[in-house]
Amino acid sequence: MTTASSGPQAAHPSPWDATADRLRSIRRTGLSIGVATGLYGISFGALATASGLDVWQAMVLSAVMFTGGSQFAFIGVVGGGGSALGAALASLLLGIRNTLYGLILAPSLPRGGVRGLARAHLTIDESAALAAGGTSTQERRAGFWAAGVWVYVFWNLFSLVGALAGQHVADPGAWGLDAAAAGAFIALLWPRLRSGEAVAVAVAAAFVALVATPALPSGLPVLAAALVAVVAGLLPTRRGRVHRQDEPQAASGAAGAPTAQDEENG
Amino acid sequence: MTLLWIAVIAASVLSFAQKWVGYQAPPDVLERPRVSRITALLPIALLGALVATQTATSGNEILLDARLAGLGAAVVLLVLRAPFLVVVIGAAVVAAGLRALGWA
Repeated sequence: MTTASSGPQAAHPSPWDATADRLRSIRRTGLSIGVATGLYGISFGALATASGLDVWQAMVLSAVMFTGGSQFAFIGVVGGGGSALGAALASLLLGIRNTLYGLILAPSLPRGGVRGLARAHLTIDESAALAAGGTSTQERRAGFWAAGVWVYVFWNLFSLVGALAGQHVADPGAWGLDAAAAGAFIALLWPRLRSGEAVAVAVAAAFVALVATPALPSGLPVLAAALVAVVAGLLPTRRGRVHRQDEPQAASGAAGAPTAQDEENG
Repeated sequence: MTLLWIAVIAASVLSFAQKWVGYQAPPDVLERPRVSRITALLPIALLGALVATQTATSGNEILLDARLAGLGAAVVLLVLRAPFLVVVIGAAVVAAGLRALGWA
């Protein structure tokens, strides 16, 4: 794949050239993931202010929460008239996957000090996915930091642009911003629907949320639907007894790689 | 300080804590298949529920309107492998267009 030996150093082929090329290519991929993911920060910022948050609240979510799915969930519940507590709970339930990424990444990343805090803060779908693609500790680190740092920079920049623009929207419905939020959720969901089980869980959760809507205060139907995942996770799988060890693999794949891969393709 | 501000700050700080705690936990937690299965399925269930409530509810009632057409447009764009931002804008344009025409 790399053509390191065709350069002036061809007379002294060394594994260092190939490694440096690989790392450069990983960092470039990180930058492009950062720009592509950052751009949809515009839709987050605009939807946040249209849902009733002010610019500062939107920016605290982007800078401190910094995990897109949870941020969209927070403003989705607030925008739907749900309680602030329900919004916080929905965002935290979606953020549980970041804990899983930390478990997977821990052996490859530096611990302690400022870098230890930075690695935690930059742990998101995109950085975990690019790190997972690396074949050595060095490559995994390069992928993690490149995707994490660039997504952070562009996500916050474009969130601010979107939040400032969203402030001036008097009637979010006339601009279709409510439908845009639904579009954002299905776009976040789409790459995860890679198995029949995932589709079944998504449909069942949607059904539970709709049935619970007239009965529960706003925001709670979404949390009730989270129980579908717990129940489905506790049920025995058809292949479960035979190939127990391939479950964690399937789990980390479903939670990780799709976003970054899609951004690269798109 | 308003309740919304408290929720924004608390949820943000706890989100960071969720990320941080993953690096501190013993790695063998991952080897419990049920833990990893539920962790993988949670985002799917929550996003599925959020699609449904964002598309078809208003307060405590079920309400079908232009948002449903917007969602349909989003699905078509996803099938065509459009990037995230195009999907979001497409959903908005279809819903806003139908409302402007007075059809929904």
